[in-house]
Amino acid sequence: MAHFAKPSAGSWTQQYPELGTSPVDYNDSIDPAFYEKERAAIFKRTWLNVGRIEQLPRTGSYFTKELPSAGTSLVIVKGGDGAVRAFHNVCRHRGNKLVWNDYPAEETAGSCRQFICKYHAWRYDLTGKLTFVQQEEEFFDLDKADYGLKDVACDSWEGFIFINLDPQETLTEYLGEMAKSLAGYPFGKMTEVYRYKAEVGANWKLFIDAFAEFYHAPVLHQKQAVKDEADKLLTYGYEALHYDLSTSPHSMISSWGGMSPPKDPSMVKPIERILRSGLFGPWDKPAIDGLDAASLPPGLNPARHRAWGSDSFEFFPNFTLLIWEPGWYLTYHYWPTAVDKHIFEGTLYFVPPTNARERLAQELAAVTFKEYALQDANTLEATQTMIATRTVTKFPLNDQEILLRHLHKVVGDRVQEYSDATAH
Amino acid sequence: MPLPTEFADLTPYTDWILPTEPERYNKRLNSSMDQMQTFYDAAINRLEDAITYCDQYPINDLPDPARELMHLMQSLIMVSFPVEVWKQPRVPDSGAAYLNITTEPVI
Repeated sequence: MAHFAKPSAGSWTQQYPELGTSPVDYNDSIDPAFYEKERAAIFKRTWLNVGRIEQLPRTGSYFTKELPSAGTSLVIVKGGDGAVRAFHNVCRHRGNKLVWNDYPAEETAGSCRQFICKYHAWRYDLTGKLTFVQQEEEFFDLDKADYGLKDVACDSWEGFIFINLDPQETLTEYLGEMAKSLAGYPFGKMTEVYRYKAEVGANWKLFIDAFAEFYHAPVLHQKQAVKDEADKLLTYGYEALHYDLSTSPHSMISSWGGMSPPKDPSMVKPIERILRSGLFGPWDKPAIDGLDAASLPPGLNPARHRAWGSDSFEFFPNFTLLIWEPGWYLTYHYWPTAVDKHIFEGTLYFVPPTNARERLAQELAAVTFKEYALQDANTLEATQTMIATRTVTKFPLNDQEILLRHLHKVVGDRVQEYSDATAH
Repeated sequence: MPLPTEFADLTPYTDWILPTEPERYNKRLNSSMDQMQTFYDAAINRLEDAITYCDQYPINDLPDPARELMHLMQSLIMVSFPVEVWKQPRVPDSGAAYLNITTEPVI
């Protein structure tokens, strides 16, 4: 039985006829040749979110970002002029990785006045200019102006830093209406950060699939609720309040939030009752402006539903922004490392707590996030191994899995378009 | 470093005073359910009191005993899932999956 209204087309999926309703082929998640095409058609020419401006608090602050899917490592740095720039993390002399600590493959962050290569001490300023060459007189006609760091397009939206190895359009054009509809949300005040990272033995799209539908939640996570509540959730199943794919390649899902706070405190676990917090975050909003219903940007709670709980925005290809009604947000990033492997990052952002009660409420939300994500991650490895057997190749997706259907279609379309354009 | 004198009853559990998430998670995985249940039963009854006590001070400038008490209550949160839900230290069906914290606010 439907609890929330569907569009007049009869279903969310049929509202977007180009998606079709037939079973979906998951070859795109197991075929190494397809993965190589994805890298070229998507990761090497799409705006990718690599972090937030709070990670670069002052002149000379930097962090590195490993992008095996795009075939490079980048260093992102704040210059003396306040601008954030991105460079390929490679010394122009003989190709050593410029910025790294102890382990060349691991990401690092810090603050510096200039970059000095570990190999022969070539130096670059914060704008990428080569400023010093060891024994410069030994070289032949070397003009330092020709050997600055190779830069990469870098821009930001609402404090989120994006890079693009081969931009086809500006960041603003790329992010489009979906981003515009979220402008003004107080992201910049949510600076209390918990970041988790894991290597997951599954194609990057499979984890997006897991987080882009909540159809699985009452089943996979049923043990996490108290018994009576779990039984009730299982009977109800899951229905979204709203889906929007009009901003394709990006998409969003809007969800009910009845657990924060719960109608009946006996629905939740003892520690949640004491700390007034749980998976959906602290039940009480932080005391900052911009979080009451009247001042939220128009992109949030598009159905204007009283029971609104969270909106999950899928910025194509691999950046999820999940905003919760009680005033905090989560980001997910899925960084492919092979057809059947990716690095997953989940980051929670809260307004800094003003007292012990708020601090422990945030702690419970962060700990709870990890409990759920561990179940999700392991399920994915089980999925990847069985899809890879090709025993079954086509999978029926229901109306609450529309964002998955959309993701696989957009990836397929982009790969096809790119292959067609480069075939000549 | 001792807990505040008002919380002397929690002294048997001072090995749970751990400032970072990896330390707390590791201790959870290496504890028996009996150990966690005993700690949980003692600590959850003092959680409200602990919050009231710590809230006498600014959260970013806690005296050492209050800070230790916060670290202890963070461990209470860490064991709450095994005790209240899982009945085992690990997340069920999580197999070889791991999720490491790489950035966290430390009190």
